[in-house]
Amino acid sequence: MSALTLKKVNKSFGNVHVLKDVDIEVQNGEFVVFVGPSGCGKSTLLRVIAGLEDATSGEVRIGDELVNNTPPSKRGIAMVFQSYALYPHLNVRKNMSLALKQAGQSKAVIDARVAEASRMLNLDPYLDRFPSELSGGQRQRVAIGRAIVREPKLFLFDEPLSNLDAALRMNTRIEIANLHRQLGASMIYVTHDQTEAMTLADKIVVLRDGRVEQVGSPMELYNNPANQFVAGFLGSPAMNFFPAAILDESDGDIMGVRPEDLYLSDKGKLGANVEHVEHLGGDTNVIAQVNGHQITARLFGQHDIDAGQNVRLGFKPERIFRFDAAGARLS
Amino acid sequence: MNKARTNPFNTAMMHGALILYVLIALFPVFVILINSFKTRKAIFREPLALPDAESFSLIGYQTVMKQGDFFLYFQNSMIVTVVTLFFVLMFGAMAAFALSEYRFKGNMLMGLYLALGIMIPIRIGTVAILELMVATGLVNSLWALILVYTAQGLPLAVFILSEFMRQVSDDLKNAGRIDGLSEYTIFFRLVLPLVRPAMATVAVFNMIPIWNDLWFPLILAPSEETKTLTLGSQVFIGQFVTDWNAVLSALSMAILPVLILYVIFSRQLIRGITSGAVK
Repeated sequence: MSALTLKKVNKSFGNVHVLKDVDIEVQNGEFVVFVGPSGCGKSTLLRVIAGLEDATSGEVRIGDELVNNTPPSKRGIAMVFQSYALYPHLNVRKNMSLALKQAGQSKAVIDARVAEASRMLNLDPYLDRFPSELSGGQRQRVAIGRAIVREPKLFLFDEPLSNLDAALRMNTRIEIANLHRQLGASMIYVTHDQTEAMTLADKIVVLRDGRVEQVGSPMELYNNPANQFVAGFLGSPAMNFFPAAILDESDGDIMGVRPEDLYLSDKGKLGANVEHVEHLGGDTNVIAQVNGHQITARLFGQHDIDAGQNVRLGFKPERIFRFDAAGARLS
Repeated sequence: MNKARTNPFNTAMMHGALILYVLIALFPVFVILINSFKTRKAIFREPLALPDAESFSLIGYQTVMKQGDFFLYFQNSMIVTVVTLFFVLMFGAMAAFALSEYRFKGNMLMGLYLALGIMIPIRIGTVAILELMVATGLVNSLWALILVYTAQGLPLAVFILSEFMRQVSDDLKNAGRIDGLSEYTIFFRLVLPLVRPAMATVAVFNMIPIWNDLWFPLILAPSEETKTLTLGSQVFIGQFVTDWNAVLSALSMAILPVLILYVIFSRQLIRGITSGAVK
């Protein structure tokens, strides 16, 4: 059974067509990440699913139910926002229990669910504090707790980690992954950060300009991108692209090779002038110019390379991705 | 730390300018206050002198208490001001919420229409308003004043409040919607508390002109039972003789309630003016 089905969903604001014929299916218990550059419509899509915006046309089904005309609170969803959006006048306990109270749940049920969520998220010491007395990470945990107590059919996360600093982001990411394992619930997660998408998702939906570019598991998309956009968007550092003409090859117009597939070799096909070197300890990123094109090579281990040096970079032919001039993948 | 701010010369200049301004602003109030405690002769002989044993007199206050029903005037002014503020804040905030929150046809036009009221003084329509009040039988009732002042205060209230409401986080309102709060609950429980400083600003800007207004009380509600304080004080100003003791005493007393209301709102007001500067 599927937790969410979108069929030919369109959304326009006046003359601006934001979502174009979006078809997505989310299976029960699946963790799906919508990823794309800013302005690609991923947040709008989430808001359409939540019912905060109406779809201009198309079907939105949650479970088996058509919810196009159902208000957000009746859709069986819970949402976690980037800005936490905690109620400033309520303490943590009341923040978490408000939705259940609105739904007319008994006090016993409310207390039990709040206690359970608070235990899962280690919020027990903070239950009587107000949001203004919490740190960013704690606030985000409260926001997640507020979603958990509703026991929704579908969790929606709108860039929940963007306001956290790097270390906290990684911790909270792991917490969300654990939570998904424990609850086994269906989750939709919107982010522009490809690392979050790769690490959390069972399935990634790559969006661009309101269209679905490709859907698949993280490794499927990584190893087998449908087009140049997906290939360039996933992976860090991003895939290198250069005209096929540089290598005197006639197959395809643009060639792509991932930074980790490049290695130093005297017989390498690419003569490169090193522009900058990033020593990360475990890896060394070499940024170099090849015939006026910038190329990044990610070398394993530590290498003694300086800026200005000339090196030759090689790659295995089977690790090359070929695209036509419009960016579509050639197999 | 900013260097210019710690420079003692600049600090002195800044405080000097502010103190000068305070002195200029408070001077008339000060003159009214000291003269209200002086005999008539002393007022004219030395208007700027402080009352001493010889010139001290409470005659003005005694006249005010004796003549006319001063406490009724007081009460009338208070009722008109407070009820008007309530209506202006309530309806202004509701209209502002609708304009800032919902997309509907004519939203922009509606906002401009409401803003038009800021540019056109309501007194231009006095004759029509009077005819309207006579036709509805509201002349010589406090409602006449309350309704007119509400109409007068709404445009600015809507204008200021809708700007502030636009800054209230959309996520917060959406979180409320997902949790099943009604639009009214979202408005009253989530949005209003967050724009409280702006509400205080609007309240203060509306309160003072209403309290001091002479025009509409004189035209719409001049009867003895509905006189406001400002209008009531006018009985001491005659065409040929003016009882300055009484006028100054009445004015001194009229300052008090506004002062109290202002103190109530001012803490919020300062937050409203400086909000956004320090987050």
